[in-house]
Amino acid sequence: MIVASPAVETTKRTSSEVLVELRKLTVEYGVGDRIVRAVDGVDLTICRGEILGIAGESGCGKTTLGNAMMQILRPPARIAGGQILFDGADVTGKSREQLRKFRWRNVSMVFQSAMNALNPVMRVGDQFVDMMRAHERISKRAALRRAGELLDLVGIDQRRVRAYPHELSGGMRQRVVIAMALALQPELVIMDEPTTALDVVVQREILQQVKSLQEQLGFAVLFITHDLSLLLEIANRVAIMYAGEIVEQAAADTIHATPLHPYTQGLMNSFPPLSGPIVRMAGIPGAPPDLADPPQGCRFHPRCPHCRPENHELYTRQTTVRPVLHEVAPGHLVACHLVDDNSTR
Amino acid sequence: MSATANELEVQSLTKYFPVGGSLVRRAKVHAVDDVSFVLQPGTITALVGESGSGKSTVARLLAKLYQPTDGRVVFDGRDLARTRRRRDLLRYRSQVQMIFQDPFGSLNPAKTVRHHLARPLRIHKIVPSAQIDARIEELLDTVGLTPAAKYAAKYPHELSGGQRQRVAIARALAVEPRVVVADEPISMLDVSIRIGILNLMADLKNEHGLSFLYVTHDLASARYVADDILVMYAGQIVEQGPAEQVLREPLHPYTRLLLASVPDPAIGDREPIEVRKGLATAAVDPPAGCRFVGRCPLAIDICSSVTPQLVEAHPHQSARCHVTAPAPAIREESHV
Repeated sequence: MIVASPAVETTKRTSSEVLVELRKLTVEYGVGDRIVRAVDGVDLTICRGEILGIAGESGCGKTTLGNAMMQILRPPARIAGGQILFDGADVTGKSREQLRKFRWRNVSMVFQSAMNALNPVMRVGDQFVDMMRAHERISKRAALRRAGELLDLVGIDQRRVRAYPHELSGGMRQRVVIAMALALQPELVIMDEPTTALDVVVQREILQQVKSLQEQLGFAVLFITHDLSLLLEIANRVAIMYAGEIVEQAAADTIHATPLHPYTQGLMNSFPPLSGPIVRMAGIPGAPPDLADPPQGCRFHPRCPHCRPENHELYTRQTTVRPVLHEVAPGHLVACHLVDDNSTR
Repeated sequence: MSATANELEVQSLTKYFPVGGSLVRRAKVHAVDDVSFVLQPGTITALVGESGSGKSTVARLLAKLYQPTDGRVVFDGRDLARTRRRRDLLRYRSQVQMIFQDPFGSLNPAKTVRHHLARPLRIHKIVPSAQIDARIEELLDTVGLTPAAKYAAKYPHELSGGQRQRVAIARALAVEPRVVVADEPISMLDVSIRIGILNLMADLKNEHGLSFLYVTHDLASARYVADDILVMYAGQIVEQGPAEQVLREPLHPYTRLLLASVPDPAIGDREPIEVRKGLATAAVDPPAGCRFVGRCPLAIDICSSVTPQLVEAHPHQSARCHVTAPAPAIREESHV
């Protein structure tokens, strides 16, 4: 209802009020005696109405982090420690029924393959009705009307509530799923690679829409992707993940202008620019570590261009002491021994 | 050898696939429609476009995985699209090699790296049997898998995605090809190692004079590595020219739309793009007229009735557009 009249809702809720707070969140995948820590002691906050981006390579734990927030981890994954505070209340201890209410209503999620998440033998509108009626008392007719309004909101003709998923293009199906994620006006929408499977023009259209809806309705977004250039464009703040840890976190502009962690710098050096001179780029040599047996000290040190045995004292620290994420400038957090050691920078 | 000995020339290449329709009148997808280009030795040509634009079909036609409906693929002065002789085919395949998108699917999981590289060396009799091992190590060195002896003994599952793609490239190089067709070679790799594969392609071009057809949907990587660029839309080349020039001053509205869509944090507040109305089914039994007309902000009357031709509007840069690259004299047949 409110969705249908955005004018009522235009008061932007972009404040620094904390919506979600992760405290030392640790998620493990355990098979036999082999334990993999996919998320290792992550501290992170998401404020109301902001777009927080998480970037990193495959296997860095970014998807696991999103799934943990939504509480949809399945064995062998489990939360091994830490808290997920949503509006101050820990969701890790919630019962099934509490979680059922929490999902969609408070937090909803759009997956990478969301366009394949729709039931192929059900009309799009009926899938909206099912979801809404699972959460609130609403007549089928009213729910269908609202489904139409939601489709309208994401730029799809209302009449398409009668369409089957196969009658829609991939981009349209993805928009349907985004509309569904917004149906109950959640405070947080987790988007995990929402546009990765789509063509670049369709991706742009969907991002434009997400951004304008977010400004209109004021929900917060956790945007997970491997595409740092895309993230720097859409997000307010960005957290860079490597091997289960957050290694740098700052406003998107700051990450773009002055990335401090060598991994962030390496990522920035992995996306060729579309304008300006073409210089040979280096990417990042090597591969991410095996999380069942992460390197001692800084997890990035085997790939770090600034980790050399010649600099003995620093090298010892890099290879034995785990760097702690700490604030180096207002709002700019880095976990790197080089940053502490100002003389070497 | 003649001056054109090293180049691959594609002339009016066309491939239709039947889809749906009745038995009497089957609809046809014009997956590739009248595509012509030349691959010069020692250059990288990028072929870009959205999914369904026909770019992978062009790659497969060049690799002779499909028979073209029409048109010619001329290599060393011979049309190889038509040849059926095994000897000519073998020769062509040893000169024109392909690298696929998925390095997980293109290597046999039960065989070592050595096996993958030894096979083409034997089949095409590149070196005497006694020298095969030495040649394998050379190849692995070339693609940056060192120490070569260690990698030669490995199985695909022991390698990362980037390393597997390097093996696939080494295998393509084993037969000493002059042309390599690389179909989305980096899109399944992790971001941090993509640049390494692009750099390898550039090095092979510079040091060995290879020519590449680099098929991709990623404009930024095309700009990074390619000398020339071909932009495909709905089966046709809609723009071609030097990569830097085309991306700096694109002529075709589709190229402009693509460019405006690519994420680039260097651009501050960007103009929103117009949400498209047309669909990518433009290649199914296309009527006369421009295939982009339904999505084009510049469309004029003639666009829906007359198919635009590729016109060289700037030096070396051509586009298929009545508005930005008009034919020198549009003949008085626009009413047809």
